[in-house]
Amino acid sequence: MKQRIDFSFPLSVEARLALHDFYADYAAALDEGRYREWPEFFTENAIYRVVPRENHELDLPIAIIHCESRAMMRDRVSAIEDTAMARPRWLRRFISGIRPLSASDGYLHSQANVMLVETLHDTMTRHVLAGRYLDRFACSEGRLLLAERLCIYDSLLLPDSLVEPV
Amino acid sequence: MASNQSIDTPALRWPDSGYIRVPAWVYSDPGIYQRELARIFEGPHWSYAALEAEIPNAGDFVQTSVGEKPILVVRDEQGRIHAFANNCAHRGVAFCRQPRGNAQSFTCPYHQWNYDLAGRLTGIPFRRGYKGRGGMSKDFQIDGLGARPLAVAVRNGVVFASFDPAAPPLDAYLGSMLRYFDRVFDGRPLRVLGYTRQRIGSNWKLMFENLKDPYHASVLHVFLMSFGLFRMDQESAVEMDETGRHSALISRRGGQADAEAAREMKNNLRADMRLQDERLLDIVREYPGPATVVMQTIWPNLIVQQQSNTLAMRQIVPRGPDAFDLNWTFFGYATDTPDMTQRRIRQANLMGPAGLVSVDDSEVLAMSQTGLKAYPDGNCIVEMGGRDVNDIDHMITEVAIRAFYKHYVEIMEL
Repeated sequence: MKQRIDFSFPLSVEARLALHDFYADYAAALDEGRYREWPEFFTENAIYRVVPRENHELDLPIAIIHCESRAMMRDRVSAIEDTAMARPRWLRRFISGIRPLSASDGYLHSQANVMLVETLHDTMTRHVLAGRYLDRFACSEGRLLLAERLCIYDSLLLPDSLVEPV
Repeated sequence: MASNQSIDTPALRWPDSGYIRVPAWVYSDPGIYQRELARIFEGPHWSYAALEAEIPNAGDFVQTSVGEKPILVVRDEQGRIHAFANNCAHRGVAFCRQPRGNAQSFTCPYHQWNYDLAGRLTGIPFRRGYKGRGGMSKDFQIDGLGARPLAVAVRNGVVFASFDPAAPPLDAYLGSMLRYFDRVFDGRPLRVLGYTRQRIGSNWKLMFENLKDPYHASVLHVFLMSFGLFRMDQESAVEMDETGRHSALISRRGGQADAEAAREMKNNLRADMRLQDERLLDIVREYPGPATVVMQTIWPNLIVQQQSNTLAMRQIVPRGPDAFDLNWTFFGYATDTPDMTQRRIRQANLMGPAGLVSVDDSEVLAMSQTGLKAYPDGNCIVEMGGRDVNDIDHMITEVAIRAFYKHYVEIMEL
């Protein structure tokens, strides 16, 4: 069990490491196809959105993935596992530049770059998207959960399909 | 005939069986593709270009495409809408760099040739030379020069463009599809809710055909079937215009599948599936009449999506025989309540590059291309629902694909 960590600013080394671990654990859960664990990185009423940069900049509300609760995320997981038809592929998330921005009222604000590549069995690895996470973490009981994650992606033209959360 | 042949391939000839077979080479042959660009995308047909709501003010512009060709759609000071090639008359530069914006005029960055909001050339630096030397010849005329103009037609907020001024009046062009078009575009001002874009590795026609094929929805789209959004046991219809080029799939949302339907769909139907957050499908009726879904295909590049409360224009931009861009413009009405807007945002989860339903299509389209390209001598069987090209009141049919190819063969002279 992890100890209670203080996430107030300036962040301690311990808090920074916990934040980095969170990003790595999140990516690993999805990269390894453990989709059912994905909603558990969020609070019950968390917002999760994957948004093309142009919509973000034009203040237009459409996202390619839009969840307003952990339950809605579970519905997407069910779709990935039970209803969607997609070619088998491996997706991998490269997260870098993790940058804690501020902390207030029990929330830690942070951002990071993300790159997603995918590999289908008969094609070379290709780039799916590049973007950034704008994150708001709830820091209760000394641990982090995402209360909001916006993934704003630069790569407006996506190749074929985005079959997993980012 | 010679012009549609590829090197070292025999003449491409449509099968004698008519429109119940579609030869696989139509999806990958480079000569066919070039002919499509010329005859279909640059022929006397109306391509969807933009929504008026994207360019509400004088000087507003948006970049879009007709066929592969980049164009600008611009509103001038008098409120008129112009469309012209993003292609400088001087050296061919695609001079406009911004995807959208507001401008008083357009200036090519290379040599500063200037265009007004209708695309007419208005200025050339050093036209008279410098200190009497250089410049254009004395008899050089700039009148009549400019970016190549396109004909424009607007109906209830939707802007169409055509490179060929011989395109018929838009209402005649839409024909009997007009009632479905006007059902969504009823004159209420629209509000753009956002854009999503994807490049799908298949021939553009496969996307168009996908929306003319209600048969697949009852077997491929487990999500739609399981939640009763579009399924063969529901009241439905397939209608075409007089030419067969446009079509509409019309359906009514239903509850549990009946026993016979459930048996046919048993491989895929998840009758016990429930949403954990039902707000995802918090659907309200918003149009008169019983239909809850009307998916229109408007020749040659537009799909108008009305699935429950999610509305979108899907614009097809061909990118060679083996790929196309699908540009989605999600919209609502300016008068929508915040609740309705939120509903549209939630239901958009079904559509787009990561859509709970549409991913099935983008994936199966890419897989189709792999097979069709590798086996160009094959013939697709398009015989569901009979061999005719008439309107029908059920979904187990491929009639709209047959009607599409009837028109296609006429235009392409195959």
